[in-house]
Amino acid sequence: MSKITLKNLSHSYLDKQSSNADWALRNINIDWRDGGAYALLGPSGCGKTTLLNIISGLLNPTKGKVFFNNKDVTLKTPVERNIAQIFQFPVIYDTMTVYNNLAFPLKNRGVPDNEIDKRVKEIAEMLELTKTLYNRASGLTADGKQKISLGRGLARSDVNVIMFDEPLTVIDPHLKWVLRSKLKELHQKINRTMIYVTHDQTEALTFADQVVVMHDGEIVQTGTPVELFEKPKHTFVGYFIGSPGMNILPCEILNGTTIVDGIKISTNNEIKQKSNFSKTEIGIRPEFVSFSEDGIPVKILKVSNTGRYKIIDTECKSGKIKVLSHSSNKIPTGSAFLSFDKKHTYTYGDNRIIE
Amino acid sequence: MNKTINQKAWFFVIPVFILVAFNAVVPLMTVVNYAFQETFGNNVFMWEGTRWFKQILRSERFHAALGRQFLFTGIILLIQIPLGIAIALSMPKKGIGVPICLVLMSMPLLIPWNVVGAMWNIFALPEIGFLGHTLNDLGFDYNFTQQIGDAWFTTILMDVWHWTSLVVLLSYAGLQSIQPAYYQAAEIDGASKWAIFRHIELPKMKKVLTIAILLRFMDSFMIYTEPFVLTGGGPGNATAFLSIDLVKMALGQFDLGPAAAMSLIYFFIVLLVCWIFYNLMMRNEEQK
Repeated sequence: MSKITLKNLSHSYLDKQSSNADWALRNINIDWRDGGAYALLGPSGCGKTTLLNIISGLLNPTKGKVFFNNKDVTLKTPVERNIAQIFQFPVIYDTMTVYNNLAFPLKNRGVPDNEIDKRVKEIAEMLELTKTLYNRASGLTADGKQKISLGRGLARSDVNVIMFDEPLTVIDPHLKWVLRSKLKELHQKINRTMIYVTHDQTEALTFADQVVVMHDGEIVQTGTPVELFEKPKHTFVGYFIGSPGMNILPCEILNGTTIVDGIKISTNNEIKQKSNFSKTEIGIRPEFVSFSEDGIPVKILKVSNTGRYKIIDTECKSGKIKVLSHSSNKIPTGSAFLSFDKKHTYTYGDNRIIE
Repeated sequence: MNKTINQKAWFFVIPVFILVAFNAVVPLMTVVNYAFQETFGNNVFMWEGTRWFKQILRSERFHAALGRQFLFTGIILLIQIPLGIAIALSMPKKGIGVPICLVLMSMPLLIPWNVVGAMWNIFALPEIGFLGHTLNDLGFDYNFTQQIGDAWFTTILMDVWHWTSLVVLLSYAGLQSIQPAYYQAAEIDGASKWAIFRHIELPKMKKVLTIAILLRFMDSFMIYTEPFVLTGGGPGNATAFLSIDLVKMALGQFDLGPAAAMSLIYFFIVLLVCWIFYNLMMRNEEQK
């Protein structure tokens, strides 16, 4: 059990790096609290797996350091770090029984037999593998196999962190839900640090207390699901989290006022002085846009009904704006005016929130 | 599902059928014909029934050749399979070393069999061959044309040189298809090198190794050209394996009937061993 710290971490798979694009990870600084349930969220290719492999020690970072409980472990092997990692595809030892699969990491570490037996049975009970405990592992279904991988990760009681690399990819949708709640339950039961990598926001938001959002090799925001939803610190977070994502519109900042389509907009983070960003935008979630008497003039393009809500696609001079409205609300046709809730409107400079 | 009936498909099968008939079925039937009859040429045949089969099965000469054959095949399998796996394991997994190793490994396989025999014959000659001369200089009394042990040693060494590459290439292909996650998981589980080999690499190589063993069994059991060129079956009959003995009988002594019977027995032994081996491997597979 320990706190994990990553300091100024950068990684590149190339020998020489000339531009930002050559780096898989750029300047990562983060603390993982002991016993926390974290999700590492981001699109494919953003560096999630690289980051995970650096924490586990399968990969040595090009720059920067990894600390476990303030002890430098950057050059230590996975065994020395004492971590567990579960991969995207079930990794099982085909020739062994389920029992021996679960016992394998313990046997390798010289744990006495009676202790192994106790621990394996406990894990099997927890994962509902008791019935097939003495069957050959290769005969199980995909989710059964993934449970074995999971079980091997949980078998050792003293691991510093358990990491999951999109572990539910090969699992049927209905079992996905079952296994996910199982993981959540396990976290509460064993209270160990867990890092869960995924590109699925639902998975991340249901599993984690803290969600770490990655984009292009950088961590763009860390926070609770509510924080990520209510105050995205990066336009990518706004766009990636929430369905539909945040509306992002180019804006001008003149003498401390934010202007979209020539109309003054009040935002939560008013800027006092003149800024020197190459690009300024405002972000507002569709939930906080409403129709009003005056505001930004828009044309209504399409109304889609999702049941409880209607999603209205509109267009102003600077771009498209989506509006989420309760299905009982009356929707104007043709053209209308939109107003933004000031509390939930943010100004972004070069994609980052201006503070 | 309704099958479309289209008799034209037979036209596509006919060429293969004719080809197989002429290169396998017709010659095999000719051998069967010879095996049950006696002939003195001029297309005159006399029915002999199972006489040749009884004669071959009781003949000490056949027993000895069969014994030598199993011994030879057993020895080369015991050497080539572990050696092939060991070489495959130590080959580089990426980089410029991969193509270099693969080309080097394929070289012996590309050399015609009689050339291999001739090469090793010259290489091992006690007076002028590099191997033979060096061994004698080092104080070994080595002469593969005179001493039985040396003849066996040279034949086995030649076969190992010629065919281990096949096992290497197959094993290497099997190893390359193992996903990196297996090694990563094993590393995290704290598995030793031996445990990784025993529980990941060997099980994942099982299918290619089955093929490797089958191929090496069949090829070595039917070996002819290389020992024929190297030792000619000698000294005496010491390295006269089944096919060498068969050719001696058929073409040397012109005993066509017994030779045909022996060919059929030979053929059934190969078939039987392959069938038993394959079924054992497959039954193992089903048990999973």
